[in-house]
Order: sequence, then C-alpha cells, then structure tokens
Amino acid sequence: MSSALDQIFVHAKRWLLSWVAVAPSWVIQIASSLINIVAVLAVFLTLFALISVMERKILARMQNRYGPNRVGPFGLFQPVADGIKMLIKEDIVPARADKVVHFLAPVILAAVAILTLGVIPYGRNMTPFTIDGGILFFFAVGSTTELAVFMAGWASNNKFSMLGAMRAIAQMFSYELPLIIAVLPVVMVVGSLMPDRIVAAQGEYTLGIVPRWFVFTPWGFTAFLLFFISGLVESNRTPFDVPEGESEIVAGHMTEYSGFKYATFFMAEYLGMFAVSGLAVTMFLGGWHAPVRVLEVVPSYVWFFLKLSALLFVYIWLRATLPRIRVDQMMNVAWKFILPMAFTCVIAAAVWHYAGRGLRGWLWSLFVIVVVYSALSILLDTRRKFAPRVYRFAE
Amino acid sequence: MNSIAFLVISVLTLAAALAAATLRNLMHAALCLPLVLVGVASFFFLLGAEFVGLALVFIYVGAVAVLIVFTILLTRRGVEKDPGFHWMGVIIALAVFGGLTWSILQTHSLSIVPPHIRALTVRKIGETLMTGYVWPLQCVGLLLTAALIGALVLVMEEKR
Repeated sequence: MSSALDQIFVHAKRWLLSWVAVAPSWVIQIASSLINIVAVLAVFLTLFALISVMERKILARMQNRYGPNRVGPFGLFQPVADGIKMLIKEDIVPARADKVVHFLAPVILAAVAILTLGVIPYGRNMTPFTIDGGILFFFAVGSTTELAVFMAGWASNNKFSMLGAMRAIAQMFSYELPLIIAVLPVVMVVGSLMPDRIVAAQGEYTLGIVPRWFVFTPWGFTAFLLFFISGLVESNRTPFDVPEGESEIVAGHMTEYSGFKYATFFMAEYLGMFAVSGLAVTMFLGGWHAPVRVLEVVPSYVWFFLKLSALLFVYIWLRATLPRIRVDQMMNVAWKFILPMAFTCVIAAAVWHYAGRGLRGWLWSLFVIVVVYSALSILLDTRRKFAPRVYRFAE
Repeated sequence: MNSIAFLVISVLTLAAALAAATLRNLMHAALCLPLVLVGVASFFFLLGAEFVGLALVFIYVGAVAVLIVFTILLTRRGVEKDPGFHWMGVIIALAVFGGLTWSILQTHSLSIVPPHIRALTVRKIGETLMTGYVWPLQCVGLLLTAALIGALVLVMEEKR
C-alpha cells in the first residue's frame, strides 16, 4: 500500500505513456519529457503562488499584524488577484531602452530557474531529468543567471538599473565559489555528481535510529550552513538584497520593469530559491528519505516537500528579522571567512573518510573544523580596530 | 531525431555566430556569443559528452561572457562607426578557409573509421585526471592559484 502510494506519480506517468505506446520511440521520448516538464511547472508554479501568500502571512504574524485576509478564505486567493493585477497592468518600456534585450532578460532568468529545478530528485524514481553530472548541470545552468541580470540592467538604460546589476553580479560571483565548494565534500564522499546517488548514499540509519544524512557529520553541518548562506545570497533574499535595495537604488536591475515582466522577475527569484533549497535538501538533508525508518510508510515526495518547506520557512523567517547587510561587509565575509571555511569542510570530509567514517572520523573532523574556525575568528577579530570609516573615492 | 536536432542546433549556432560577428551594436554582438557557446555545448550533449558541454557552459557562458560584457561596458561607449568594406579581408578569410580545407583533406585521419567510444562519464574523466594526469592537473592548479594571488596583489590598496 505504502509503496503504491509512494510510486503513484510514476505509475500515473507510465499510464499516460501507455496511450502512445504504439508510436515510434522518439514520440514516446518527447511525450515523456513533456510530462516531466508539465509536472515540474505545475508543482512549482503552484508552490510559488502558495509561498507568496504564506510569506506575507508569516511576515505579518512576525510583525504583529494580519496580512492578506480579504480574498478568499484566509486570503488564500491573494496570488490569483495579484496575478490578474499584474497581467492587466500597463507594460512600460522606456523609450531609450534596448527593446529586445529588455524583453529577453526576465524570460532567460525564469527559464534558467526552471531548468535548474529539473535535476533534483523529488522522490523515489522521481527525478525529472536524470543526468550523470546533475550537480554540475545545476551550477552550469545557474551561472547563466548573472548574464540575464546584466542584460536587465544594461538594457533598461537607467543608472539605478545598471548599479543594481553591477551589485548583483559582484555578489553572485563572490558567493558562487563558496556555494560550489560547500557542495564539494558531499560529491567527494559519495564519489558521484549524480543527485540520485547522493540521495541513495544517505539512505541508511546508524543503529537504526539516526539517519546518515550528511548534515549530522561535522563537515556536513558546516558545509550546509555555508551552502545555505551562499544560497541566500544567490537568490538575492533579504539580509543580502543589496542588488534590489529599495531604499538606495529604487529596485536595482528591476527598476524599469513593470506589469508581467516584473512578475516574471519575482517568479524567477522564488523559483531560484526553490532550486537552491531543493539542492540543499538533496545534498545534506537526505533528499526524500524519512528521518526515522518507521516513517518510511509516508511517501518519499512528502518528505522532500516537508524539508523544502522547512528551509523556505527559514528564508522567510530571516527576511522578517534581519536588516540588510552592507556591501563591503558582505564581500569581506565571503572571501575571508566563508571561502576558507568551505575549503576546511573539504579537508574535514577527507579526514572523516580516512578515519573510517565512524565515531573516530566524526571526532577528528570536528577537531579540524573547530581549530580552523577558532584560528579564523582570532585572525579576523576587528574589535580593537574600530576607527572612522575612510572613504577612498568619495571625498 | 538526432539528425533533426543536429540540423536545428547547427542553424541556430551558425546564425548566432554570424550575428556575433556582424552586429553593429557591440553589446548585442557580445550577447550573441554566449548563444553560440550554448549551441556548441548542446552539440557535445548530442554526442554524449555531457561533462564537456557542461564545462563549456559553466566557464564560457557563466564567466567569460560576463567578463567580455564588462570589458565592453568599461571601455567603449555607443555604436561603432561603419569601418567600410575591405576586399583584403575577404581575400584573407577565403585564403585561410581554403588553406585549412586543403590541409584537412590532405590528412589520412579522414579515412580512418572512428572506433566505437563508450559514453564518457564524469567518473571516468575524474579517474583519468586523478591517475594519469595528476601532474598536469596540479600544474594548472598552481598556475591558477598564482593568477588569483596576482589579481589580489593588483587590486590591493596601496598604503599611503
């Protein structure tokens, strides 16, 4: 029963494909891909609508107010109203803007975000796009985001847009490196770039209770935190929303966008957030595996989306509580702290592997991480060095 | 189906390459270049060499294209003037093309039937790099580290 429920979507797809079973193989191939694409789009656009209203609700709760509660029960139809509003708004393109590039930028951004969602395993046998180097695909396609943001900023022909695009590219480049290096220990320990294998490697239980998720090893935990912070920066979310910075540069690279193009930017940001969180779940939180063996009766995709929502809740929580970080501080942290710590995770994972992957390895890798962390904290201590800020170029 | 995909990708790649070479607006030309590279990467995908295709997208579209775009942004302004038509350029281009075609047709490699190659997995590339090519890999790593430190030295604040 549980396995039937677990595989219900796989069976549904097989049943749909049986309709074209007599067709030549390339028709079946295309039909199979189309089903996967439609499924990913349907699930994540629904999740986007849901999350946009949940985010406003949670933010409101944390700020002691009601939030949207007029449209539908508990304001649940708010995204529908928002969507209609965005669709019927006038689409303004500046006269001096580069029309084609201005139009293409949000399209590419959304397309990239959707592509990266394709390689994540959502449940047992439920990876939309199985590829040998899935993790590499994720980052390769994701690195195109920078170009799209640049296109948006440049084509708008507006100084705020350009400044925002510059900021976005600077921060995305700086944090892409730690993002990738934080993933490296997992790839190294599993010995594969395939998301399905990485999930499979975390499927066992120590003593039958504690799941062998990588987040429960010292290097995995550190790498997970680093990955989460870098992912937060990559998706331009609040403590790191410097590129948008409403109070400084209007809306950054989105200044000259209105109506549905703006909504597309908004959607791309959320889809990117889902993709990074999905990858974090896959790499560190055991993917679609249940936390306890007894609970494996619950279908695998339920576990995946539960973990995903937990991460998304943390995203929203951070947005409600943290102020925006200054640009130079953000860059300093990236290069002086997060990057060395990410490299330390790689070394600690190697120590863990060669010390036998047991308790001994656990303690040794903890030792490595604590030593480097303390050394970095002493080296980067700025308490005694507070002085008036020196402006080099703006005097 | 592969031949149709080949046709579509090659037409798109060639069109993008032509646009990158001929467009008057420098920024448009620079933005067409990543399109060409994506086309080439999809060729690699079609041939089963996923890793090479992904590396191409990763390095060229993700980093080099942004670098080019920034370089243009920081150095030039506006649309370039029409430099006029040069017969010399056409002659040189034809000569280079002819020379390359001639030398390719002269080689014996064309008549050798390619051996059947198994799918090039990421694992195999990793094993090859870590066993047979460790020294070149380490040298490249050293070179890149030196380049990184050099870049840091260049942008370091000079003490006054």
